[in-house]
Amino acid sequence: MLITKTAQAGSTVKSDVLITVSPSETPGIHLELKSKDVILKQFGKQIEKVIMDKVKELGADNVNIRAEDKGALDYTIRARVQAALERASN
Amino acid sequence: MEKNTRSMYFVPGNEPKMLQDAPVFDPDAIVIDLARRVPATEKDSARILVKEALQFLDYSNVEVIVRINPLSSEYGLKDVETIAPVKPNALMIPKARVEDIQTLANMLSGIEQAQGLEEGTIKLIPMIDSILGLESVHSIINASSRVTAAFLNAEDLAADYGSKRTKEGDEILYARSKVSMACRAAGIEVIDTPYMDINDSEGLEMDTEKANLLGFTGKAAIDGRQVEAINIVFDASLRQAAFPQAHTHI
Repeated sequence: MLITKTAQAGSTVKSDVLITVSPSETPGIHLELKSKDVILKQFGKQIEKVIMDKVKELGADNVNIRAEDKGALDYTIRARVQAALERASN
Repeated sequence: MEKNTRSMYFVPGNEPKMLQDAPVFDPDAIVIDLARRVPATEKDSARILVKEALQFLDYSNVEVIVRINPLSSEYGLKDVETIAPVKPNALMIPKARVEDIQTLANMLSGIEQAQGLEEGTIKLIPMIDSILGLESVHSIINASSRVTAAFLNAEDLAADYGSKRTKEGDEILYARSKVSMACRAAGIEVIDTPYMDINDSEGLEMDTEKANLLGFTGKAAIDGRQVEAINIVFDASLRQAAFPQAHTHI
């Protein structure tokens, strides 16, 4: 999957996550996660893993990912990452 | 549908919180809407979200129906291709025509075979939401054995014949009667249009009683608070049916 432009999916309402993806000039997947401190402390690693697993599953590389989490469950994170990547690759 | 569907609670397919909270209200079925309540710019994202939700959330105590976009739109077939493999109990079809039901039945057979599911697992619920649909209801509901219920959407139907909806519902008496009797004759469930004033519980109860008397087996809810009142009305009706009073025969 080739990321050619900046795209977003999701929202900043409760239980959702806003994912923004854009092409990166440097190789790899560059992830920035924003959430409440307490969430980051307790679930930050898990949220990052869910995002990274989905990105790798879809075969995206050379990509910047910004996730603004509002308490999304794993299924929502996976869905929003997929939607953002598909939009960015069209 | 596998059990009596008294209440059918509609939730938008692009709102995670509503997808998660829907079973809390204890409806018999939830209808996850990919059509009317999802804007065109979010159709792709909602479709993926619903696919993930059906694999992740616990919907074991509720029938899951996904309202797809019309097959005549650019979204309808994509909805089926994405959602059917994750096994919803049924798909709800807006603007359903006989040929749509037959196309979908064939398409679902292929998907079920590919997924190792028994043929006929995924049911179809046509929406009766246009004059053409209303006048073809008998043919539509008999177009496939997958059709286990029909849903009367009186908002769109009344708009199609240029009528204004009222709380009393006199303008949809013919439609209610026709759809109800066609479904009863076919031996399938028939779900009434929602009561649109979510803050009028008395009106909801009266409207549900009216639908029940006209032969409907269930009613749609557009707010979680409507579910309990709908269940109560249809429960009372079922109890009466189980213990009939002495009838006077003519």
